[in-house]
Amino acid sequence: MRKTLMAAAAVAVLAGAFAAPAAEAKTFRWAFQGDAQSLDPYSLNETFTLGLLGNVYEGLIRRDENLQIQPALAESWEIVEPTRWRFHLRKGVKFHNGNEFNADDVLFSADRVRAEGSDLKTRLAGVTEIVKVDDHTVDFVTDAPNPILNAEWATWYIMDKEWSEANDATAPTDVTAGKENYATRNTNGTGPFMVASRETDVKTVLKPYDGWWDAANKKHNLTEVVMTPISSDSTRVAALLSGEIDMMYPVPVQDMKRLEGDPNTDVLAGPELRTIFLGMDQEYDELLYSNVKGKNPFKDVRVREAFYRAVDVEAIKKKIMRGLSTPSALMISPFLFSRSDEFKRPEYDPEKSKKLLAEAGYPDGFEVGMDCPNNRYVNDEKICQAVVAMLAKVGVKVDLLAQPKAQYFAKILRPKRDTSFYLLGWTPGSFDSWNVLYNIIATPADDGRGKFNVGGYSNAKVDELTAKVLSETDAKKRDQMIFDAYKQLNDDWGYIPLHQQGLAWGKRANIELAQRADNQFMLYYVKVN
Amino acid sequence: MVAFIIRRFIQSLFVMFVVALVSFAMFQFIGDPVNQMVGIETSLAERAALRERLGLNDPIVVQFWHFIVNAVSGDFGISYQHKRPVADMLLERLPATLELSAVSALFSLLVGIPMGVYTGLNRDGFLAKVFLTVSLIGISLPTFLIGILLIFLFSVTLANAPAISVFGLFAIDPSVLQLPSFGRGTVVDLGGWRTGLLTADGLKALIMPSITLGLFQLTLIMRLVRSEMLEVLRTDYIKFARARGLANRAINFGHALKNTLVPVITITGLQIGSIIAFAIITETVFQWPGMGQMFLQAVQNVDIPIMAAYLMLIAFFFVVINLIVDMLYYVVDPRLRVDTGKATGHG
Repeated sequence: MRKTLMAAAAVAVLAGAFAAPAAEAKTFRWAFQGDAQSLDPYSLNETFTLGLLGNVYEGLIRRDENLQIQPALAESWEIVEPTRWRFHLRKGVKFHNGNEFNADDVLFSADRVRAEGSDLKTRLAGVTEIVKVDDHTVDFVTDAPNPILNAEWATWYIMDKEWSEANDATAPTDVTAGKENYATRNTNGTGPFMVASRETDVKTVLKPYDGWWDAANKKHNLTEVVMTPISSDSTRVAALLSGEIDMMYPVPVQDMKRLEGDPNTDVLAGPELRTIFLGMDQEYDELLYSNVKGKNPFKDVRVREAFYRAVDVEAIKKKIMRGLSTPSALMISPFLFSRSDEFKRPEYDPEKSKKLLAEAGYPDGFEVGMDCPNNRYVNDEKICQAVVAMLAKVGVKVDLLAQPKAQYFAKILRPKRDTSFYLLGWTPGSFDSWNVLYNIIATPADDGRGKFNVGGYSNAKVDELTAKVLSETDAKKRDQMIFDAYKQLNDDWGYIPLHQQGLAWGKRANIELAQRADNQFMLYYVKVN
Repeated sequence: MVAFIIRRFIQSLFVMFVVALVSFAMFQFIGDPVNQMVGIETSLAERAALRERLGLNDPIVVQFWHFIVNAVSGDFGISYQHKRPVADMLLERLPATLELSAVSALFSLLVGIPMGVYTGLNRDGFLAKVFLTVSLIGISLPTFLIGILLIFLFSVTLANAPAISVFGLFAIDPSVLQLPSFGRGTVVDLGGWRTGLLTADGLKALIMPSITLGLFQLTLIMRLVRSEMLEVLRTDYIKFARARGLANRAINFGHALKNTLVPVITITGLQIGSIIAFAIITETVFQWPGMGQMFLQAVQNVDIPIMAAYLMLIAFFFVVINLIVDMLYYVVDPRLRVDTGKATGHG
């Protein structure tokens, strides 16, 4: 008897010894320049916060490595009427605390995301009614046909109704209410990872969730993930070089060579979705910052073309972006509009630019003030300085005011709109052209249209196309309308698109991961070798 | 003495009030917090409503009054960015800053005083000249550069350095000496006070930041001790002590150093305030999770509640330290006591 017991024990020990390598701990450490501001998924519409939470929470849909829409918490959906979408929810999905996911959670999340204090109210813009058909079917009724209703839902995360109610977190934290909300520091999602511990701005530890519905197809091999914000660029690079972390982003442009040259580290570079462009004020009758009085030179299309042709984007790419940018002919990334390749950027031509200025009545150029952020986009201030030098070559004297984003946006954005010439970047949250047309290109109106059209470019034909694009459900016709709108904008020389800035992620050589063009880092693609 | 403390206390309250007023006036120029609080798709009407609810449309005097009334009752409001009570956030960060400041103050004293004594005694010695030259670096190099240089040497270079073989007998791997480039290492929670002093990697993580932060003070103390030593060594009582045939050790440390320490204590006391305040840069370079780093991020995000509370706290530190130093004068310098005694006695 005793012998058999001992033998059994020996076998158990041996089995344990052999089983051990399979469950080897794979801790993955990574750093970003800042931290998620809150764990409440509706408190801030910002890429990093939503990206980090996308590992914990899930939406009805999700985006794959190439940003294509994939089913997630909804298994499938169909448009039953032009204004009614039906979503079939996935069965058997459990939240991290074991609660069942069902239609009530979707209805609850819809109420919460539209509550006071939420920054993601636009996710359900135009949705007038949400109907629970049964426990796993939900209908969304819209006020007008909307072909891209669910395009932004990959970051509208579904929360658990019972958990939120039990913890008094049924509304997003409101700073003006004077107390914090349970969901600011605690999570209960359905996603592949759970938050094990968190100290804001210091460290966030995630652990994989064994009960994840998609665990069978999981690509990662992680047992623990440690995220540390490191705000100083040089320290972040040093930490990667020394092997203290396995991955970090963004890589400062000037350090890319260094990381590429080191055998232990790699840089993953790719185009980002954000388009950087220059805007010219075409709304005021007299420019706020210029020596031209009594009229607005930018109202003359020849002046706008002259400015466009005076800017050498290739030089900006080479000298300032160190190759990490894609010059753009459109106000949207070519990644997001299928017919982008039919557009070609007009050539850099300072001679023609001078001629146009002379024709417009400014043979000696004129003076204009320019606004620029200095801590918002990659090398934003340097780009502006280069533009100043390029315009000087055609006789335009630009007075540059570069400021931190906090002051910059307050100055140039509506309602203040205190600028004549400015630099801005835009990523359409829905990955669709309508967002760009509606926010940046359409004539500003009180209902929110053209909110970020700071320069006030206006063309009735574009406005009409914008309205049609929203409700056209035939993809081919819709693309044609988008094409026509962009064509019109370019013919009017309404904006000066510069480039899509590049993404640069740094990693150790033994790490495998997928880089998404929206700069969201999904941990379920990470493999530690 | 009691009258003196009460007088100083009232002065301190006034100083804090002025600091609050000045910082509030500055917040008007730092940018719009609402744009930092919401995503880019939030509508103008919603932005305006939020601004109204935060009270940002009130006249600055009204905003200031609300702040003072709440601050007196210990309520510093909710952080715009983190949506958490500011008082809690500052308290969480306080230990990290205080530990770093204390260790670097200790480092600058323990290294600075002996170096000062040595350079004072051996004015023309080779080593003394080396100390003085090196100390110039401490004064002239900006803090962030010293930090980055240390990180480059002790984190990156050591991590990738090949093993060194000693006479072919055994190999030393330089990476065992590698120091962490960021963070505090493992911390232990002692009833709300998170300390890094009790773990090996917590202590390791302290080395580079405290050297970076303390280098300037070290130089200052060393030069101060040196010049005071030179001064004191020329005085009559030192000459007399030598004439009495006392041992060098007794003269240098028993008589000379003791008399140099009065100004050193004063300066050190005052410098502790600046160490805490200037930890901002060191904390940013080493991603040290202290109050300074939080303050810098708050400035970028126009998080007014955090900025206001931090500035008040730093003002409070300065005021308290000044008060203690003033009282130390009383204790250390007998002449002060005699003078006031006379004044009250005859007045």
